[in-house]
Amino acid sequence: MSEHEYTPKSKVGKWFNDRLPLLTLANHLTDYPTPKNLNYWWTFGGILTFCLITQIVTGLVLAMHYIAHADMAFQSVEHIMRDVNYGWLIRYIHANGASMFFLAVYIHIFRSLFYGSYKSPREVIWIIGIIIYLLMMAAAFLGYVLPWGQMSFWGATVITNLFSAIPLVGEGIVTWLWGGYSVDNPTLTRFFTLHYLIPFLILGLVVLHIWALHVPGNNNPIGIDIKKPSKDTVPFHPYIVIKDGFALLMFMIVFAFFVFYTPNILGHADNYIEANPLVTPAHIVPEWYLLPFYAILRSVPDKLLGVIAMLSAILILAALPWLDTSKIRSAVFRPLYKQFYWILVADVLILGYVGAMPAEGLYLLIARIATAYYFLHFLVVLPVLGFKERTTPVPLSITEPILGGSPNLAAVKKKDSFKDQ
Amino acid sequence: MKNFFRISFLIALFFGFQFNSNAAEKVEYLKTDWSFKGPFGKFDRASLQRGYQVYQEVCSSCHSMKYLSYRNLVEEGGPEFSVEQAKAIAASFEVKDGPNADGEMFMRPGRLSDKFVMPYENEKAAQAANGGAYPPDMTVLVKARGGGVDYIYSLLQGYEDPPAGVTLDDGVYYNKYMYGNKIKMSNQLSDGLVEYSDGTNASVEQMAKDVTTFLMWTAEPHLETRHKMGFKAIVYLIILTVLVYFSMKRIWSRIETKI
Repeated sequence: MSEHEYTPKSKVGKWFNDRLPLLTLANHLTDYPTPKNLNYWWTFGGILTFCLITQIVTGLVLAMHYIAHADMAFQSVEHIMRDVNYGWLIRYIHANGASMFFLAVYIHIFRSLFYGSYKSPREVIWIIGIIIYLLMMAAAFLGYVLPWGQMSFWGATVITNLFSAIPLVGEGIVTWLWGGYSVDNPTLTRFFTLHYLIPFLILGLVVLHIWALHVPGNNNPIGIDIKKPSKDTVPFHPYIVIKDGFALLMFMIVFAFFVFYTPNILGHADNYIEANPLVTPAHIVPEWYLLPFYAILRSVPDKLLGVIAMLSAILILAALPWLDTSKIRSAVFRPLYKQFYWILVADVLILGYVGAMPAEGLYLLIARIATAYYFLHFLVVLPVLGFKERTTPVPLSITEPILGGSPNLAAVKKKDSFKDQ
Repeated sequence: MKNFFRISFLIALFFGFQFNSNAAEKVEYLKTDWSFKGPFGKFDRASLQRGYQVYQEVCSSCHSMKYLSYRNLVEEGGPEFSVEQAKAIAASFEVKDGPNADGEMFMRPGRLSDKFVMPYENEKAAQAANGGAYPPDMTVLVKARGGGVDYIYSLLQGYEDPPAGVTLDDGVYYNKYMYGNKIKMSNQLSDGLVEYSDGTNASVEQMAKDVTTFLMWTAEPHLETRHKMGFKAIVYLIILTVLVYFSMKRIWSRIETKI
């Protein structure tokens, strides 16, 4: 495994590494034993790291030219698009990069849901991931406000107004967030500051996310515990590096297609109209990646309860490791869960669709049913399935097709709950 | 590889949803062949120059073009007027400058570095002159409307007598492509309205097409560079992806697992 192990040869290198073993940290990263059966759904972690770095780098350049002032923000964005060298490229990468980031994170989250990656002993990785996801939504929302177009302005108005639903202090909080009595220049400058801050918080959490991952190691498509290192694992470099690289390139082709050929298709046309507090757009809709939650918010007739429902829809994910009572991780061996999983995927897509539609008539009815089902999945289906489902036999290892393995041998032996042996 | 088809399929499905949701409220727009559409799309230089003429002679009396400078008319990928032509265009406008050494504002002929001169001093003046409606700035107009170029092209040709039962206030006109069908801009184009210097017949359709092409350029002045660079970037990525794919196969062949 350690044939390529690096040790500093120079005096300075040795001296430094004895005091801070940064140079030999690479050995841990390259040797890191990874299950050899990881499929392409596992490549999105690396892709997401790429997305984060891309957003930070393009964001830094944009911030050099952008002016966070209500009278000049829109104009400065046009300045970037016209007069800054390749400003249009940087801005389109940043704007479409946000969508690509969310596309990747949704695949990453749903991969985790399918293969049970959130279960013991990976709960902390999962919870850090949920915090990252929340911060991503905050960053995306704040960033969407910065061009100061109509959707920026009215989106900011709608979202900040949600806080007014809080009893007693709600109105005060909204005024405090705005820095005035409506969304205006003070709101824009603070949103810019926070939009600049959050990616670095995310970066820190990503380091923790990866650190927490490197303690138990990767889950894998059959969801069993494996010995590390063993015949079941490969060193991260070169096997996983090249595979992640290949998947990243495929992803970049899709990304490039959006940036170069349809750069505005994921945005809303109204955001090319400068913000005007006196004219409300016909439909105020958030960006596509927030639509499922927007649908949940609007499906509840009461404002406060709507906000609570929307927040719970995200926070419920943090409780997932304890809501899912099944000892088997991978859906491959859970015939019933597999079906409910795909129903959930469809449910979220439907929520996204109705979120883009006006909240009335049939759309509202569909949104309500889909919202109810969303919570039903996590609060009823998952806990009950763990007790009722007859799972299929799990292999002992990745290389040997001998059945009888389990995600957590000790736990299963104790409870003697392995029915199919 | 199978997984990749699945991923692509899901992505396509999802964005299909998105497009459908946008399509739901669309009326059927008039269609024409846009030279700038598609991965190799370029602007038709002559059409851009004619479009500028239509903008200048018809639209610019009410609609501003505040993010565009006269120098842009010379730049590559645009109408590509010669420097002399653009200087002459700029000089035909009076630009307010100053204050001078005496503290006075003064008027001078425009230069290439000036922004397009606005038809009105401010938004209020524009509204006052147009029955309360503000003629929107045209620089990014095609990107600010859901239907884009097709919408603008159709709108310019969409004036009709109102159907029975629809009454219009004074200064309001009926247009079948306008959201809500009521528009405060009267029909601006009529056959032969401008006299094209290149001899092209100035039909309403031709003028609508030319001016819309011009507006596409004002909204996306770097469109041609973007298309060219995109092609190179994607070809490069595809070649690299293929190379990395074979390297990956080679590396993974050291162990027996399929990937």
